[in-house]
Amino acid sequence: MRRYSAFAIVREAARHHLGWERAWASPSPKARYDAVIVGAGGHGLATAYYLGKNHGITNVAVIEKGWLGGGNTGRNTTIIRSNYLQDPSAAIYEKSRSLYETMSQDLNYNVMFSPRGVMMLAQTEHELRGYRRTTHANALQGVATEFIAPERVRELCPIINIDGPRYPVLGALWQPRGGTARHDAVAWGYARACSAMGMDIIQQCEVTGVQSANGKVTGVRTTKGDIATPKLGIVVAGHSGVLAEMAGFRLPVESVALQALVSEPIKPCMDVVVMANTVHGYMSQSDKGEMVIGGGADGYNNYTQRGSFHHIEETVRALIETFPMISRLKMLRQWGGIVDMTGDRSPILSKTPLEGCFINCGWGTGGFKAIPGSGWGFAELMAKGHSPLTAAFGLERFREGRFVDESVAAGVAH
Amino acid sequence: MSTRLATGGRLVDRGAQIEFSFNGKRLQGFLGDTLASALLANGQMLVGRSFKYHRPRGIVASGPEEPNALVNLGEAGRFEPNQRATTTELFAGLSARSQNHWPSLEFDIGALNSYAARVLPAGFYYKTFIHPRPFWKHVFEPIIRHSAGLGAAPKDRDADRYEHFYVHVDVLIVGGGVAGLQAALKAGAEGKRVLLVEQTSAWGGRAPVDGGDIDGTTAKEWINTALQALGNMPNVALRTRCMGAGVYDHGYVLAYEHVADHTPQTDAPRHRLWRIRAGHVVTATGAIERPLSFAGNDVPGVMLAAAMRDYVVNFGVSPGDRTVVVTNNDDAYRTAIILHQAGLSVPCIVDARPQADGELAMQAKALGIRVATGAGIATVRGGKRVTGVALCRQAGEGATTEEIACDAVAMSGGWSPVVHLWSHCGGKLVWDDARACFRPDPDRPPRGADGEAFVSVTGAANGDFALAEILPDARVEEPSEAPLLPVWMMPQGAGVAKRAKMWLDFQNDVKVSDVQLAAREGYESVEHTKRYTTLGMATDQGKLSNINGLAVLSHALNAPIPQVGTTTFRPPYTPISMGAIAGEARGDIFQPIRRTPIHDWHEENGAAFEPVGQWRRPYCFPRGQESHAEAVAREITATRTSLGLLDASTLGKILVRGPDAGRFMDMLYTNMMSSLKPGRCRYGLMCNENGFLMDDGVVARLDEDTFLVHTTTGGADHIHAHMEDWLQCEWWDWQVFTANVTEQWAQVAVVGPNARKVLEKLGGDLDLSAAALPFMGWAEGRIGDFRARVFRISFSGELSFEVAVPASRGRAFWKALHEAGAEFGATAYGTEALHVMRAEKGFIMIGDETDGTVIPQDLGLDWAISGKKEDYLGKRAHARAHMTDPARWKLVGLQTLDGSVLPDGSYALAQGRNANGQRNTQGRVTSTYLSPTLGRGIAMGLVLNGPERMGEVLSFNTVGEATVEARIVSPVFYDPEGEKQNV
Ligand SMILES: Cc1cc2nc3c(=O)[nH]c(=O)nc-3n(C[C@H](O)[C@H](O)[C@H](O)COP(=O)(O)OP(=O)(O)OC[C@H]3O[C@@H](n4cnc5c(N)ncnc54)[C@H](O)[C@@H]3O)c2cc1C
Repeated sequence: MRRYSAFAIVREAARHHLGWERAWASPSPKARYDAVIVGAGGHGLATAYYLGKNHGITNVAVIEKGWLGGGNTGRNTTIIRSNYLQDPSAAIYEKSRSLYETMSQDLNYNVMFSPRGVMMLAQTEHELRGYRRTTHANALQGVATEFIAPERVRELCPIINIDGPRYPVLGALWQPRGGTARHDAVAWGYARACSAMGMDIIQQCEVTGVQSANGKVTGVRTTKGDIATPKLGIVVAGHSGVLAEMAGFRLPVESVALQALVSEPIKPCMDVVVMANTVHGYMSQSDKGEMVIGGGADGYNNYTQRGSFHHIEETVRALIETFPMISRLKMLRQWGGIVDMTGDRSPILSKTPLEGCFINCGWGTGGFKAIPGSGWGFAELMAKGHSPLTAAFGLERFREGRFVDESVAAGVAH
Repeated sequence: MSTRLATGGRLVDRGAQIEFSFNGKRLQGFLGDTLASALLANGQMLVGRSFKYHRPRGIVASGPEEPNALVNLGEAGRFEPNQRATTTELFAGLSARSQNHWPSLEFDIGALNSYAARVLPAGFYYKTFIHPRPFWKHVFEPIIRHSAGLGAAPKDRDADRYEHFYVHVDVLIVGGGVAGLQAALKAGAEGKRVLLVEQTSAWGGRAPVDGGDIDGTTAKEWINTALQALGNMPNVALRTRCMGAGVYDHGYVLAYEHVADHTPQTDAPRHRLWRIRAGHVVTATGAIERPLSFAGNDVPGVMLAAAMRDYVVNFGVSPGDRTVVVTNNDDAYRTAIILHQAGLSVPCIVDARPQADGELAMQAKALGIRVATGAGIATVRGGKRVTGVALCRQAGEGATTEEIACDAVAMSGGWSPVVHLWSHCGGKLVWDDARACFRPDPDRPPRGADGEAFVSVTGAANGDFALAEILPDARVEEPSEAPLLPVWMMPQGAGVAKRAKMWLDFQNDVKVSDVQLAAREGYESVEHTKRYTTLGMATDQGKLSNINGLAVLSHALNAPIPQVGTTTFRPPYTPISMGAIAGEARGDIFQPIRRTPIHDWHEENGAAFEPVGQWRRPYCFPRGQESHAEAVAREITATRTSLGLLDASTLGKILVRGPDAGRFMDMLYTNMMSSLKPGRCRYGLMCNENGFLMDDGVVARLDEDTFLVHTTTGGADHIHAHMEDWLQCEWWDWQVFTANVTEQWAQVAVVGPNARKVLEKLGGDLDLSAAALPFMGWAEGRIGDFRARVFRISFSGELSFEVAVPASRGRAFWKALHEAGAEFGATAYGTEALHVMRAEKGFIMIGDETDGTVIPQDLGLDWAISGKKEDYLGKRAHARAHMTDPARWKLVGLQTLDGSVLPDGSYALAQGRNANGQRNTQGRVTSTYLSPTLGRGIAMGLVLNGPERMGEVLSFNTVGEATVEARIVSPVFYDPEGEKQNV
């Protein structure tokens, strides 16, 4: 892998950029790999990366039915935070956040992680108390958060209308090292690093079946032929139920569309990420200048990756109350992504009833922030059979009632 | 120079002059002008700066596809950034400023980027700014943020209003050109309810400019006749300035109407969002001309050929004095002919095709216009304005064959149908080789639930560019056109230096070389290329650039265009205002406040409110200079020693009725409810399927078939929905009805040692004595003049009656209580006093002691779980391994050693750290208050095996370093025997 740097750009500029090599190779599948990951979203690619980097397993294929990073990884609103309430969540999200801090350097690819700070507004007494509890929990979990007063909210984000009218801002849970990153770059950076380790990223190749013998996985059937492997990681987000069925088990997951939209780009006016859970909306400003806006998920299950309008209306309405100035901006684009929701709104990183087959899914509306941490933990689980980061997220928790319920802390969870 | 011509301009009223300003300069235009045409009329071709390199940008188009002419429009509460000049109608007093430059449009420091363009290719930012680590956040990113963005951020609150319209039609036709009008005539004649919308202010689309005769009359005449016919059909509605914005599942369509943008002085809503359910949608959205990719095609003065003739014909404006036309098709000859007829000079038509012998070419030649065939533009000369072009052979590498001086270039690369609305909801496209465009695939339309197509397409939007194709039944006379030659790069063999000057996306500064770089680096999917280069991601969403970019990509990948495919078309077609999306529901009516019948009294008496759901409930009633804490303490003391009054009207009240009501209640609650006797009340718990406690409250049995369920204030709506969910989806054969009667009753808690006295003083026909109405009994009758239900229940530990009167009598009843209670010092209390008093008694509060992870057993409420029932919601969950684990966090009381108030939400520390390095914990505070009754802090909490550890001292964390020590005690701090409430 040729290193990226300002110097390399200047050198290439001299030859009109004709000398750049491919960021990742485009190989045909081999007959057999030591491990196969299905799904080249952020989570799948990060898993492959850490299998190689932390566990020395590099004979790996990542199989993607479309183009890499084209699922929710390339459709989300990129909020990164780790101010979760429950211990297992805080552990994996904080691990993830801290990996984001050095990701550009690790991957030699600028993923533009920008710890601009994330604030979650408290707009009811109940929310206020909930966030106080979260700050206490976070202090013990090693997650740096604080509860800030309305005046400080205004200082950090002058475009907020803190006086209501409907829901005055009573304070906020503030995570100064939360922020955003460039979603495509995360997928591309991992893909480039995986490819450099000799792994095969196989795009335009759909997995259509899982093969097994004696209760153990033996390989996958794909649109580019059969591929043998003793270790299979299923990391396909919204399509997890479909893959699980191929592997012969069922998942407690529902798939719904989550909507997002951006405004036309304007000059910088908002440096932080703001989430207003009482009114179900959140907003940040991208480096391009677009206001990036999201809200709740559609109230019915489906697989169409289309934006429906009704949620957008609710979200925009709520955000105009919170940020009156956006009323005179225009919506440039709206879209939807299929998110995989579990009953307790926490992910599944687990062994499965099929030996050698592992599943990583259920990130729902908030898994972008978890990409490196999830990859780290899931790779460990696949390589060693156990990881402290993933221990609480096994499938058995649904049977035992050992939920990791985050809906406690937030209405909107991104 | 661009100027106003002496004559012409079918859309402008030369008699109505209008003053407006651009960058503070006062300028003149005519009624009917767009801001773009008026700027051109004033010689203002340079209107903005591009996003990345801050290159000078001129007007290139005449419609919504315009990528460059974006301005900051208006002032203060009517300010709006990124307003497209080509679709902004001129009005008196309009004020516009160009954007994205500093210090001025003419001299922009940011244009230095342009000199560095060589080292700023597509995606350069992914490859650099990596070291040193903190620099991204603190140095590089701020610089990028400030040079990016376009218009300024609005500052003031929006001064305009917006509204929504809801309509149902049989046929919605989008686009008021000839094809749309024809479709409307047809559907109208069939008697269908038809709505025809057109985004501009004029009907007819391109035909009035591009000409052709229909049935012996001009296109203009035909349009007028059609409009007249449609006007006579009562079943047809017509709207201009109304854009079809998005097509969604089930024939749901959004349209966006500019009601008052052009008349901001009126008090009409500014925009109107039409929410349409259409049986069928016809898209007649026309086509958009493509630019050609030649070096310097972004210099101000280079314009789309059709736009150029629009300015001449529609507005009487000439974009330039000497215009070179460059094309790969016959259509652009129309521009040359029109310019020539307007007395402007066309030194040359540069045609990439080897021959130019179509009818239009012959006409042009006959007018004496020179045509250079097989030729292309080697480069455009000029910086802020075109000064000339260098010609070359299209087939070669671009060696200059000739220089021509000119001040404008009209370019045409062919046309692309507007397929957006067709595609929004899943309609697929096919590549049409002959016309070199994607058009709707008739075999793969968007389909409804019945499997039938619900969108169809007509006219240029379908790739049928000739009038004869659009109106097959009419007699059309128009010049026939020779086929176009796809030209994706000019010249064909352009070297790398030239390719770095060929713009694809004018706003985002994406060039042919950028797309080729993306392909070279493996960003081969069209989505990768788009995202890596930002091609098509500007505010025009690639209306001009997408197809050209795709063609370059497919060439670079050596794959046919249809194999490369398009990116997804997402709504809206052009950007729509957030204000319009929100509609009327803003400010006070964003989420209207629910008021109890007594709300006004609270306001008049200085209540400090807190939002609880949609309600506002008094938190306390501070008097004079009292702090909230002081008010709360006073309210509690008054209640505990004499008489307190609480407005409990927000409490959820749901009637459950029917022969199966008892059976239903038994499933809903963990308790046995079917055994409750009429006239009695019972406190009950509701769990969800996972066994977690979701609501609690008192149930009263009204009669054999009827229960009145009290829920928490916040729970009323979702508990009602929860009941209906089970009744409608699972137990649909049970004979039970539910009704949410929360707002039908005003409810007052009359609390304290003097509660009975005050009610007896009011009189009536009820015996409220302990014998007649014992604790957990209820009775119906009169209190004074008020028809009332009286429930003897207590959430404070005091003698307490909850009295419900019809909502209309609530305020009067409240007043009567205060009057009669004056001698007892009757004191209104708020939610905080309510909370403190219940905590003093160790009563749990949903949302405090519960958070969706707590089961009744954790709260010592095992007694409320019936062992006799076969089933209830949550029963199976309660048997799960984790739920029956003895080592759970359970409810206890907590008392700090120093009497202070425990921090809210703090955790009890345990030894050591877990495998992830987090501090171990063994409990947490769920409620914590200063008890005025006890004069010290009291708290409730969940602690590991808590009830077995009475007397143990735990350390709780604070936000800082310190810890607070507290002892585990019984959660009942006050009157543990219940002597006070049972009198
Ligand atoms: C609108 C929206 C906003 C969001 N906002 C945020 C946010 O602000 N912060 C945050 O942290 N999270 C957010 N999320 C959630 C986040 O995007 C996801 O949790 C995360 O990206 C999931 O990553 P993934 O790698 O698991 O899935 P994906 O990126 O979806 O990748 C799964 C991949 O599997 C492939 N695949 C599926 N089936 C097969 C098959 N049979 N064979 C081969 N390949 C297959 C798919 O093509 C896809 O590429 C948001 C999501 C949406 C939709």
